[in-house]
Amino acid sequence: MRGAAMALLLAGCASAPREPFAVPPAAAAQRVMQSRRYDTRDEAQVLRASGALLMDLGFTVDKSEESLGVLVASKDRSAVETGQVVLAIVIGVLGGDVPYDHHQKLRASIVTHPAQAKSVVVRVTFQRIVWDSHGLVSKREQLNNPEQYQEFFEKLSTSLFLEAHDA
Amino acid sequence: MTRPPIPLLFLLLLASCNYSHNELLKAPEEQAALRTMQTRAYDTVDEQKTMRAVIATLQDLGFVIDDANAMLGIVSATKLEGGYVRVMVTVKRHGEKQTAVRASAQANTKTITDPGVYQQFFASLSKGMFLSAHEIE
Repeated sequence: MRGAAMALLLAGCASAPREPFAVPPAAAAQRVMQSRRYDTRDEAQVLRASGALLMDLGFTVDKSEESLGVLVASKDRSAVETGQVVLAIVIGVLGGDVPYDHHQKLRASIVTHPAQAKSVVVRVTFQRIVWDSHGLVSKREQLNNPEQYQEFFEKLSTSLFLEAHDA
Repeated sequence: MTRPPIPLLFLLLLASCNYSHNELLKAPEEQAALRTMQTRAYDTVDEQKTMRAVIATLQDLGFVIDDANAMLGIVSATKLEGGYVRVMVTVKRHGEKQTAVRASAQANTKTITDPGVYQQFFASLSKGMFLSAHEIE
């Protein structure tokens, strides 16, 4: 009995999904948000345009593998939000010490693959890791704002001179 | 002379045997059984197609691709939604007519050793490959 209580306690502090390979309920919606199809046979051209776009957005490439259509890039930016800093100052005046978000690593992972009807599908995922003012990781999250995905694909269309279709 | 209290001796004993740097070359227990549950063979010799299917499957399962290398047959990916999980997948020729896929997943600071977890991965991969998975000894 005590063992079970202990196990529960341990399970409580580490948030590991019990079924990491279960199909997520939002899998289809995520795929729609993260993917677009472009009418070209030239997968390498789509990857190159993606790389150039990421560069324009301040990213540097961490990994690339043309034969698998993979491009991974990241950028380090400030994560300071005024509200959090004000709160930290107020609590500091009262003698407390709360950290506020300080900097973040933003990552983009792009995968292309040839699709039917002479087209190439691009799927992108954005995520970020945030460190607080004490140097500890405060957030690890996937970024799921559909507008940001939409904007990315609009920019990719512009640099490819091709219209983006739903994949 | 007074004897040190027993709990103190016990603590000293614990302190003497556990160094965290020993984790470096420590393999998970039951390595052979783990390898079996992590590996499946598919009836194809197209390693590149297999790797692309692995990548697409991981993306569908909510993972973000961290790295992929066709020459080495390695894909690694991270899932942040609902907990922190990293997975590494290797793809290599198995015999004359098959390709072996092995997936190893780490949740926070531990290797996942639940066979059901790997079964779910291969179930999704098989759908993506339009092929059924065979266990190899």
